[in-house]
Amino acid sequence: MNATEDPLWFRALLVALAVLTGLLLLALPLAAVFTEALRRGGEAALAAILEPDTLAAIRMTLIVAAISVPLNTVGGLAAAWCIAKHDFPGKRLLVTLVELPFSVSPVISGLVFVLIFGLQGWLGPWLQARGIQVIFALPGLVLATLFVTFPFVARTVLPLMQDQGRAEEEAAATLGAGGWQIFRRVTLPNIRWALLAGVLLCNARAMGEFGAVSVVSGHIRGQTNTMPLHVEILYNEYQFAGAFAVAALLALLGLVTLAAKAVLERWSGRVAGEAG
Amino acid sequence: MSASLALPHRARRLRAIPGFGLAFGIALFWLSAIVLVPLLALLLRPFELGLAGLWASLAEPRVAASLRLSFGAALLAAAIAAPLGLLLAWAVVRLRFPGRAVLDAAIDLPFALPTAVAGLAMTALLAPNGWVGGPLGEWFGWRVAFTPAGIVIALVFVALPFTARTVEPVLRDLGRESEEAAATLGATRFQTLRRVVLPALAPAILTGFGLGFARAVGEYGSVIFIAGNMPMVSEIAPLLITIRLEQFDYAGAAAIGLAMLLLAFAVLLALNLAQRALRRGQG
Amino acid sequence: MRSTFRPGRRAMLAAPALLALPARAQGVRELLNVSYDPTREFYRDYNAGFAREWQAQHRQTLRINTSHGGSGRQARSVIDGLAADVVTLALAYDVDAIAERGLIARDWITRLPQNSAPYTSTIVFLTRKGNPKGLRDWPDLVKPGVAIITPNPKTSGGARWNYLAAWASAQKHGQNPEEFLARLFRQVPVLDTGARGSTTTFVQRGQGDVLLAWENEAHLALQEFGAGQFDIIYPPLSILAEPSVAVVDGNVDRRGTRDLAEAYLRGLYAPAGQEAAAKHFYRPRDQALLQKNAERFPTLELVTIDGAFGGWAEAQRVHFNDGGVFDRIYRPGR
Repeated sequence: MNATEDPLWFRALLVALAVLTGLLLLALPLAAVFTEALRRGGEAALAAILEPDTLAAIRMTLIVAAISVPLNTVGGLAAAWCIAKHDFPGKRLLVTLVELPFSVSPVISGLVFVLIFGLQGWLGPWLQARGIQVIFALPGLVLATLFVTFPFVARTVLPLMQDQGRAEEEAAATLGAGGWQIFRRVTLPNIRWALLAGVLLCNARAMGEFGAVSVVSGHIRGQTNTMPLHVEILYNEYQFAGAFAVAALLALLGLVTLAAKAVLERWSGRVAGEAG
Repeated sequence: MSASLALPHRARRLRAIPGFGLAFGIALFWLSAIVLVPLLALLLRPFELGLAGLWASLAEPRVAASLRLSFGAALLAAAIAAPLGLLLAWAVVRLRFPGRAVLDAAIDLPFALPTAVAGLAMTALLAPNGWVGGPLGEWFGWRVAFTPAGIVIALVFVALPFTARTVEPVLRDLGRESEEAAATLGATRFQTLRRVVLPALAPAILTGFGLGFARAVGEYGSVIFIAGNMPMVSEIAPLLITIRLEQFDYAGAAAIGLAMLLLAFAVLLALNLAQRALRRGQG
Repeated sequence: MRSTFRPGRRAMLAAPALLALPARAQGVRELLNVSYDPTREFYRDYNAGFAREWQAQHRQTLRINTSHGGSGRQARSVIDGLAADVVTLALAYDVDAIAERGLIARDWITRLPQNSAPYTSTIVFLTRKGNPKGLRDWPDLVKPGVAIITPNPKTSGGARWNYLAAWASAQKHGQNPEEFLARLFRQVPVLDTGARGSTTTFVQRGQGDVLLAWENEAHLALQEFGAGQFDIIYPPLSILAEPSVAVVDGNVDRRGTRDLAEAYLRGLYAPAGQEAAAKHFYRPRDQALLQKNAERFPTLELVTIDGAFGGWAEAQRVHFNDGGVFDRIYRPGR
């Protein structure tokens, strides 16, 4: 028996199981979203999306993601690099702290900012006296999103970084390269696909976050609503088709991102191949 | 595994990689500003109740029941999602079949779908009059929506990409050389999988399990639609937090948040230690 | 190798350029009404009319923003700093909570006529078509095999009215109200967090035999989902629900919107406001208008929160706070 190749029946079984999992757990909910969205026809769905309040929600979502994702990418890379390529006391603690927001309920992530910036919180009265609105406005939405998407980049690149070890970086250091140079020329190229995946996931989560922003948004139509919150609003107004239309748009945004990732991967793989 | 781990500790020291200061500074600032300082509020606020009040606030049977449900369902969901994630990652990396690229993209769906939408979709599917819930009820008499089983299914959905995507890059990076080497040395396929592939993947599987669990334990949006929200039966801890908030009980809400945080922290720390033990065992 | 990284970075930098904020029109006055769930349709109507009238009288363009959600959650948002000019909530208790934090004058309830409640509502039963389980009065609800849908009184204002109406009815029938409610809640299969969630569970998911709902919510469900599927049943006794409105003094004085906010609430008592309320199945205070719509608003015996429960603060403390009656009767292990 060939020891690197599984028997055909086993491979077929694995494929069948994987496809079945994908269909039942992943494709079916998506199908439900699109079916519901198109229940009253494509035109009704389109009208729901082109409504001014929906457009405002889409704009809000994009702004929030555009601010939080780059910030979290920089921070996440720095943390992952420290953890994977350096030794320092308290490393385990840092790993756990980086992961912490994953296990913090989205509700709590919103709550902590209310506790700080709310009118009953530590800074609220001071801020209000100066006319600065943090929660129930864009800054609050960004903060809550930053908190929730905080670990994505770090946790996506970290396993790979650790797996790749330090030999290349150490070689570069022996040759006299500086820290930034090593990071840019050695580490970054090695992890770029994992990094891209992390950024995309971070972005998807930033756009789709519901619980945390729900606590700090204030739900003002056309102003502090993000897309997921707008879905809830439409749903609560019995505009089920409209709600699922916006939901489908969010899902579509995600699908396009994923497709872009696949295309970029292939294209870049070719470039790298030629260069190498 | 990696070469550096095989080096004696002292040798590694001598070849320290520069640039630690700046990176560590950025990481620490970022961590403090976004996570630690806000969480400080969560740490301090419950003590407004005093220690006795804090304990009374958490010892309520309803709070205990909701914490048990949240952590139990999340652990179970992560345990289901871990093998499923491994299966999906394996299929995407190692197997060639039509539709592989689609499956690959589909793994990230739970990320792309906002949690509230996922909850709505799941409820629409699993409700007694839904596509899946209907047949389940008619043929088997099973009720999934509005029960803890529904919660677990929703949590498997949110945890799945974590388990799959954590294993996938490592699997891709693993290559087949070690398996070929094992084969050359006369190992059977099963031995190769058990002795070579699985141990190499184990840390990633464990990480994925931890991430999936962590993500699932606090999940709110996708769960509240399908949970039924019956106190003591299907009421999750994050819901109880919002309930306390709506009663203007900030300290009580923060107390449950703090309890969840400490429990989750303990579980993650345990997983990290287990992972370290795994890595050391291999080094 | 390096070049492969550029497209991603460039896209990231270009993204903000696509997101330029729309310039807000100059000379537009804004008002924020923070309200609870079932008033969306009503206020959308009322806001349009009010803005038109204000434009005609004051030559100012109005932009009226609204925020809807569970009543308690909305009150909490205002307490935490959501800059509401007016609140129009489900219960006086939630407005009191804001007043307690100093944002609204303590005497708010006397500042506008009729307990600052320009419209009222009550709690009714929504059943499946033809009322197959024969549910006419509160005691029918606890018959074996009847599944009741109601939201959680801990989170939903409407659910508190449901609970108190059931309590008042049990008292009238000489039953032990605590036992009656314990039995009632044992027959609730899904406890949603808000009134809208419960309506969806009953109407869309087909759960339960009866939905305890706001009168206006029941009518709206009928209107949205077809009258052929459900029946509205009026029990002989229910509760007078007075959704309260108030100007948020702390915010209007800071934002300079007091004139607008006060006119907005007074307008609810004016004929146009009353008619909009009646149209959306809220019982108008205007007796003549109520008579005219007698068919939509049948008379039934209504107890009041002040008369039967000693006011909201008392009812909340006794029944709904942690360790209160609801926590005591809601026991698992059914």
